[in-house]
Amino acid sequence: MRIEADLDLCQGHAMCELEAPDVFEVPRKGKVRVLDPEPPEDARAEVAAAVRYCPTQALRLLET
Amino acid sequence: MTALVEPRVVSGGPDHLEELRTDPIGLMRRVRDECGDVGEFRLAGRRVVLLSGAEANEFFFRAPDEELDQAEAYPFMTPIFGEGVVFDATPEQRREALHNQALKGSFMKGHAATIAAEVDRMVAGWGDEGEIDLLDWFAELTIYTSSACLIGRKFREQLDRRFADLYHDLERGTDAIAYVDPYADIESFRKRDAARAALVELVQGIMDGREPNPPKEDRDLLDVLMSVKDADGALRFDADQVTGMFISMMFAGHHTTSGTAAWTLIELLRHPGVLDGVVRELDELYADGREVSFQALRAIPRLESAIKEALRLHPPLILLLRVAKNDHEVLGHRIPAGTMVGCSVAVSNRIPEDFPDPDAFDPDRYVAPREEDLLHRWTWVPFGAGRHRCVGANFAMMQLKAIFSVLLRDWEFEFAQPPETYRNDHSKMVVQLARPCAVRYRRRRR
Repeated sequence: MRIEADLDLCQGHAMCELEAPDVFEVPRKGKVRVLDPEPPEDARAEVAAAVRYCPTQALRLLET
Repeated sequence: MTALVEPRVVSGGPDHLEELRTDPIGLMRRVRDECGDVGEFRLAGRRVVLLSGAEANEFFFRAPDEELDQAEAYPFMTPIFGEGVVFDATPEQRREALHNQALKGSFMKGHAATIAAEVDRMVAGWGDEGEIDLLDWFAELTIYTSSACLIGRKFREQLDRRFADLYHDLERGTDAIAYVDPYADIESFRKRDAARAALVELVQGIMDGREPNPPKEDRDLLDVLMSVKDADGALRFDADQVTGMFISMMFAGHHTTSGTAAWTLIELLRHPGVLDGVVRELDELYADGREVSFQALRAIPRLESAIKEALRLHPPLILLLRVAKNDHEVLGHRIPAGTMVGCSVAVSNRIPEDFPDPDAFDPDRYVAPREEDLLHRWTWVPFGAGRHRCVGANFAMMQLKAIFSVLLRDWEFEFAQPPETYRNDHSKMVVQLARPCAVRYRRRRR
């Protein structure tokens, strides 16, 4: 799987970092940094939660 | 580049303020029918370019505050919040404030338990059967849940029915006449101002009764705000400012959640087959005695689909507004700086190309592979979309799941009036259920 972040939409709420801290990092007053754009399969549950709980729907999970 | 055209103005003019105050959805639907994705109506002499459809909506929802500003778009909110709160802040300050700590995921489990406990308290005095007014009942419940979750349980314990009634007068003080004059001498604005003054008095009374230095683990947001001092050691926030902050914190989540809960129940009662499915789903999930605070954070697919469908058909906010800060171009139309720009949520949610049989309550449209809410993310917009998508959307869904987990576990409901007589009152910008809106309840027998 691959993660795409739409930085136009990201408002830095950092919900994704809370759900999947190994994959997302959000600096204070900043926008999301995807630490691992192609995370391992065993991280799927956390990544899916991060995508789901993003308040601005800025994240997308694509199958590779 | 092709020449830009002016948006076409909808019929029924020259001004549409009166129509917005009586039949806003009819007006917005006619704009789309006559003018297409980009049309125009006049609001107290001002041009409002009204958008619908995926492409125009995407433009609207992607724009930052510096381009499409919310501050001037909602003049009816300033007398409610008070000067210096929310829409008087800069876009940067607003962005900062929206990173609301209380909405962080780690707090959700605690909030779910709080909400379930508040529903339990509200039904504790119900007896075996009776009747409730949906507007009153859900409005009071959501005053308790939002104050407990956002401000703290300690503050919530000091509230009663009076707070909910005053808050309702604030919400009723949102007549579109505010586009002419937010302080016009009309009854709903007089009641609004009296209600705000009474709320300040109530909060002042609570502040007067607070211990000066409560132990840390016993502090709620009010204690925290009361501990902030300015350079001279005086209190930084007086009761008026504190009340303004509390009103604004609770506003976005109050009439919205309350109305959605009521409409979800009404639509479930109108569709007994769907209701049966939801009740069976809840019975199965809770058969092992698990806590609502556990399950409300997890999938309850049939209930969630029913809530989403109630939201699509009866979005709590029917019209979102901004003011263009610079010149824009949308689908070949010119939008000059200073124009108001609107997104007609209620119309977008029922575009037949995106939502087949758009007026039908059909929760199956959210089941894979249809997933119409995800597929049409710029037109399925009860929570808005893009940058300003509702930050409380997950909290709201969790809250609604918790409410119905408790209500449908122990109670059965039936209409107390003909099913088609439940409708919204559109005479104010804050849309609420019109009365009468009663349902009967009866304790479930198993």
